[in-house]
Amino acid sequence: MKPAPFKYIAASSLGDALALKAEHGDDAKFLAGGQSLIPTMNFRLARPTILIDINKIDGLAGIRASSGATRIGALTRYRALQRDAAFAMAFPLIGEALPHIAHPQIRNRGTIGGNLSHADPASELPAIAVALGARFRVQAAKQERWVEAPDFFVGALTTGLKPDEMLVEIELPLAKPRTGSCFMEIARRRGDFAIAGTAVIVTLDERDECIEVRLAFCGVGETPIDASSAADALVGNKPTETAIIDVAKSVQAMIDPGGSVHATADYQRHIAGVLTERALQTACQRARDGH
Amino acid sequence: MDIDHHDITVSVNGKQYRRRVESRMLLSDFLRHDLALAGTHVGCEHGVCGACTILLDGQPIRSCLMLAVQANHHELSTVEGLTNPAGEYHPLQQAMHDHHGLQCGYCTPGILMTMTAFLDENACPSEDEVREALSGNLCRCTGYQSIVDAVLAAAMRMRS
Repeated sequence: MKPAPFKYIAASSLGDALALKAEHGDDAKFLAGGQSLIPTMNFRLARPTILIDINKIDGLAGIRASSGATRIGALTRYRALQRDAAFAMAFPLIGEALPHIAHPQIRNRGTIGGNLSHADPASELPAIAVALGARFRVQAAKQERWVEAPDFFVGALTTGLKPDEMLVEIELPLAKPRTGSCFMEIARRRGDFAIAGTAVIVTLDERDECIEVRLAFCGVGETPIDASSAADALVGNKPTETAIIDVAKSVQAMIDPGGSVHATADYQRHIAGVLTERALQTACQRARDGH
Repeated sequence: MDIDHHDITVSVNGKQYRRRVESRMLLSDFLRHDLALAGTHVGCEHGVCGACTILLDGQPIRSCLMLAVQANHHELSTVEGLTNPAGEYHPLQQAMHDHHGLQCGYCTPGILMTMTAFLDENACPSEDEVREALSGNLCRCTGYQSIVDAVLAAAMRMRS
């Protein structure tokens, strides 16, 4: 037994879980897939006194269409996304990123809401949520609110969730026509957290000029980094090779990676530039090809 | 704090067990210490090495990242259940033996559980697919090549 003692409660409904959280606040933690929480409890870095297991709550998992968007329940596991062919078709960016997220055993348990609420800046999904312009439905016992992805991530492992709130649903807007996307990352080993990773989305008009370019990074800051403004000059223009190199340079100037024992800040910046070029070129090609 | 106990019923390799567990008991420790099924090995205990991989309702998971109390009313499979009733090896166990897919053997139960579940879903895998499926299991002895050889050989044998 590695974790410190705690009281375990399996919540029977969302209302039950939120009432318990309202009562116990920061002393309590929600347990979803447990793939980040249990390791930190095994190390005793986290010592919640109450664990509210939300795995048995009906209706918290699943993918459903909503007008002009797709909604994913917070308890949806990576595996469910990976095995849903229609979802992979609608959100190829996520489909491309999923194999980079840990390993099959982790993807069988890990949940989307748990990942986002954990807010690891090196994690792939937060950056993808920022690139896609996702909105998060956050619920407390008596009220709910919607939070835009960039506002949700406050710092490393820190979100804007209040002690009585739970992230219950993620809303992803559907892609416009002639949109191409690309996810790329460099990690020391497949499945590890990225030294740097990028999620790119490009929408082209009929003349192959950019209508919109979204660019977000993981692993190069305290939060997922929205670097879309580095591509401002592309909008209204053709994404030529020179223009794309300029975007990469802007990204390198914009980000402020922390560096680590595995990669210096300069190396992370270099990788971010290389990934920007490659991922932008790929996303543009995919937009031209119509997928 | 008072010790927080829960009564649970789990099925492991088709056999029902009822036990009282402390809430902080990891599923890996429960299998090893309470049920004396020590074939599930414990390596890093924080979800990196894959040695403790078991099947939860048929899907490979890390048993060190789940609480025993969460397994209540679920079906688990461990390495002890891989042989057939006559005690003969699973084709992958035999192939691991034939291809020297293990040296010290510590990672082997986790690899067997991961890869038998993989072969059930993918009867005709490529070498790349095998390596991807194996990526969550660390082995410090073999360099993986012999494990990959064993999985491909087992897949071929299970198809024939």
